[in-house]
Amino acid sequence: MIPELGLFSLVLAGSLSLFAALIGLSGTRNVLLQRSVVSMTMGQFALALLSFSALVWSFATDDFSVAYVANNSNSLMPWYYKVSATWGGHEGSFLLWILIMSGWMLALTMRGHQYPTSFFTKVLGIMALLNLGFICFSLFTSNPFIRLIPMTPLDGADLNPLLQDFGLIVHPPLLYMGYVGLAVPFAFAVAGLLEGQVDSAWARWSRTWTNMAWAFLTAGITLGSWWAYYELGWGGWWFWDPVENASFMPWLAATALVHSLSVTEKRGTFKSWTLLLAITGFSFSLLGAFIVRSGVLTSVHSFAVDPERGMYILIFLALVVGGSLTLYALRAGQNSTQVAYNFLSREFFMLINNLILIVSLAVVLWGTMAPIGYEAITGGRISIGTPFFNKFFVPLGLLLAIALAILPLLNWKRTKVEALRPAAISLVTAAVFAVFIWFVLDPTSVVVASAVGLGAWVVLSHSVDLFKRLRKGTTLPMAYIGMTLAHLGFSVCIIGIAITATQSEESDVRMAPQDSVMLAKQRVTFLGVVDAQGPNYSAQQGVFLVEPESAGNYELRAEKRRYFAGNNVMTEAGIQAGLLADTYVSLGEPLTDGAWAIRLHYKPLVRWVWLGALLMALGGFVAIFDRRYSSSRVRQSKMTAKAQTKVHGESQGESQSATTPVSAQT
Amino acid sequence: MSRASLFVPLGIFLSILALGYVGFSLDARNQLPSALLNKPFPEFSATSLLQPDVKITKAELLGRPVLVNVWATWCPTCKSEHEQLMRIAAETDVLMVGVDYKDIPERAVQWLEQYGNPYDYVLDDRDGSLGIELGVYGAPETFLLNAAGEVVYKRVGDINVRIWESELLPRFQALEIEMRGQSGPGR
Amino acid sequence: MGSAGRKFYSISVAVFFAGCLSLLMLGSGVASAESQIDIYPFADEAEERRYKSLTEEFRCPKCLNTNLAGSDAPIAKDLRQTVYRLQVDEGYSDQQIRDYLRERYGDFVLYDPPFSAQTWYIWLTPIGLGILALAILGRLLGRARKQAPVALSDDDLGRIATLLEEK
Repeated sequence: MIPELGLFSLVLAGSLSLFAALIGLSGTRNVLLQRSVVSMTMGQFALALLSFSALVWSFATDDFSVAYVANNSNSLMPWYYKVSATWGGHEGSFLLWILIMSGWMLALTMRGHQYPTSFFTKVLGIMALLNLGFICFSLFTSNPFIRLIPMTPLDGADLNPLLQDFGLIVHPPLLYMGYVGLAVPFAFAVAGLLEGQVDSAWARWSRTWTNMAWAFLTAGITLGSWWAYYELGWGGWWFWDPVENASFMPWLAATALVHSLSVTEKRGTFKSWTLLLAITGFSFSLLGAFIVRSGVLTSVHSFAVDPERGMYILIFLALVVGGSLTLYALRAGQNSTQVAYNFLSREFFMLINNLILIVSLAVVLWGTMAPIGYEAITGGRISIGTPFFNKFFVPLGLLLAIALAILPLLNWKRTKVEALRPAAISLVTAAVFAVFIWFVLDPTSVVVASAVGLGAWVVLSHSVDLFKRLRKGTTLPMAYIGMTLAHLGFSVCIIGIAITATQSEESDVRMAPQDSVMLAKQRVTFLGVVDAQGPNYSAQQGVFLVEPESAGNYELRAEKRRYFAGNNVMTEAGIQAGLLADTYVSLGEPLTDGAWAIRLHYKPLVRWVWLGALLMALGGFVAIFDRRYSSSRVRQSKMTAKAQTKVHGESQGESQSATTPVSAQT
Repeated sequence: MSRASLFVPLGIFLSILALGYVGFSLDARNQLPSALLNKPFPEFSATSLLQPDVKITKAELLGRPVLVNVWATWCPTCKSEHEQLMRIAAETDVLMVGVDYKDIPERAVQWLEQYGNPYDYVLDDRDGSLGIELGVYGAPETFLLNAAGEVVYKRVGDINVRIWESELLPRFQALEIEMRGQSGPGR
Repeated sequence: MGSAGRKFYSISVAVFFAGCLSLLMLGSGVASAESQIDIYPFADEAEERRYKSLTEEFRCPKCLNTNLAGSDAPIAKDLRQTVYRLQVDEGYSDQQIRDYLRERYGDFVLYDPPFSAQTWYIWLTPIGLGILALAILGRLLGRARKQAPVALSDDDLGRIATLLEEK
């Protein structure tokens, strides 16, 4: 009964989205119809929530008459994994996607009063159209509510043990919040093009939503990388796998968008570019969905292969992205602003930033899709992996860091060279630090030292700027704090990446009980193996004593588990997580004489990679607090603007809205 | 931005779309093309499975078209292609060479006795080293060699009637004609 | 955003990040899939590192996009053994090992695509894009510099004064 209720709610949500799309995009001036779009949007959310809850209910109550539940669950699983198994497979994860899309639409309705009605109605219409496409995809090709009656299995096939993990609980929802959230700036862009009005106000409206979606996407990708690290057991945290690239590409576009929007808001320029980025961001989200769910690219992470689904997504992609890019090509040239700026200006460095990010995006796209083209043209097969991407991303990352370090000192339009003196001082300090690092670590590569040095330079130059402002006593806008946090996060991240990629140590050794081995200034002693038991598995647990040279001793345990359902054998690593390094131990096969094959890792600064990224996400979330985006201010400014226009007889066209404070920086 | 340049993103997108579409029509993802295509079969020296004191080298494979079939007792698909291999052995005079890949020799001998032996030679590759020379990564895999010992075709997967008739048989017949042409009037 | 909304938002952000932070600092008791650990003796750490980096560079021919280091498949184990043998027993250089595997398994098995007559554009296209980006940068800068600044009329100046006063 409940699954049918779920299916029915989904169908109803689909019809609501159909009407909302039709009315929303019709451009009607009728106030009642416009308001109806808002109520239909709220209704969509309620129904999507109902549908999703029905699926969760089926999992929670072990309803194996639902095929999707039977394929992805098992009665022996702990309840929290049963719930998260809802999005462990293709059909359910796509229902989550729909729920989140409806959620973003609901959030829009709550803040919609601050936007012009006709514009806002179009935004909701576009979102509804997208949601309609998603719902139809789900209903026609990926229905999660298909029943297995009368052949109901007694128990489910069990969720892949790799997914029976905390990572599954957090990573997909956060990631989808980001992926789907990019639909909001997309809708803003398309609505703006349809309305024919794209200006600084439009940019200011878009910024909140973009920052939020970007922050979620950053957090989602970070948690995914962290999950892969401890889950896959060989110390890697990024593999340039097509599915990972599928999430990285929208992130790169969104980062460029976040920066470009700031320029469009403050200076009114880069408009067509910003519009293009807004369209691109969500397009890559859709492309990502295509890559992950169609089977066109081989990946360990992709869902079950189904060309029919892939074809549907491809067609959807063609219509949505093709349509919006055509609209862009036809309308974007209409109100462009030409603005003057120098080499030493914020605009130009934002441009540099954007170009570096777009080139990076192009490299990832090329590396991901080129093997298909190669096979189509020559019939041969090639692989493009980590070594290829590293060769491009190392120089690109370093260039970005250089631009980033100079940025806080730049004014809009032009900066006097003297103003850059603090940057030079920070640079010298950072360079000395870099040489010191190079000397101490004795690495084979100058690149590591440069990366650390540049990261330090970014930190220094931002800190110096922060101190200057605090000393002057001006209140710091939240957007500025957000920016500083995000840039600091970026430096922490690249320092972490540089160090962990080159200074890690790893050994595979044979250890009998009481044997010990040195791992980077720590003595690791193997104490032996004990038996252990879990809710749905039995295990052999290896116990290790680790004695670092300078710090307290600790114990690490690593397991080999055998899961009852499906008889899978999985190894569990024992990880000692530290701010400065991770120590990692895992069990291989038992060898002769009670000895075991043991893998030991020492990974310095690996946590900095994720902590840095998390700091970036925090920066994004914090920036939304900025008072300039608060709706009460906007209402006030709208009223003042109306008064102004009456007094002076004409508005200023596409320049900044009347009461935005004029500031030289940020 | 000029009018035309605004259409560039659309153009780029359409090419990505085309690429995605093309991806669908591509052949089975798990079939790697052979690196040995049109190259000489590697030199080797392997023990015969059925006569462990006899060594077989590449010399034995020269002078006529050869079908080299990589198989094992642990491979269920090999069992299903076995019947077709027996038929090929009976109906044609291609030299059949089996490579018993990463297997237990006693089990393999028993298997051949039980189900029949279509091969003229069976090579014992219990450690998979010959397989690595051939770029083998699973079983069954089959190579077709010409009289000069060059690889003209590789099949990853089983030999069934369809594959035999559409891929292997035409090539084998072409090789025979070529061979006969060489050894015909010229001699 | 009303002030109640801001409070709710800031608390949720804080809780969320506190949660993420504690999570990221968590360690033990988490799953990994690989159970194949090969024990090979190495003369020194540099040799072991070389072996590791080589096995990460090659693709397992049978798997869904995994390198030799991370794969459980029997063929991956065999190939790791081959790399070890070539590196340690036969003293091959890195490039010789790559060539060896490429001769037998084709370009597919290299994650670092070779630069050959068939694959040159794989490398040159992104490089070309980078150069294009630089060219665009240069052109945009040139145009921006040439823009004559728009002179403000008295009317505009008056309006600006009024607005600043109102603030």
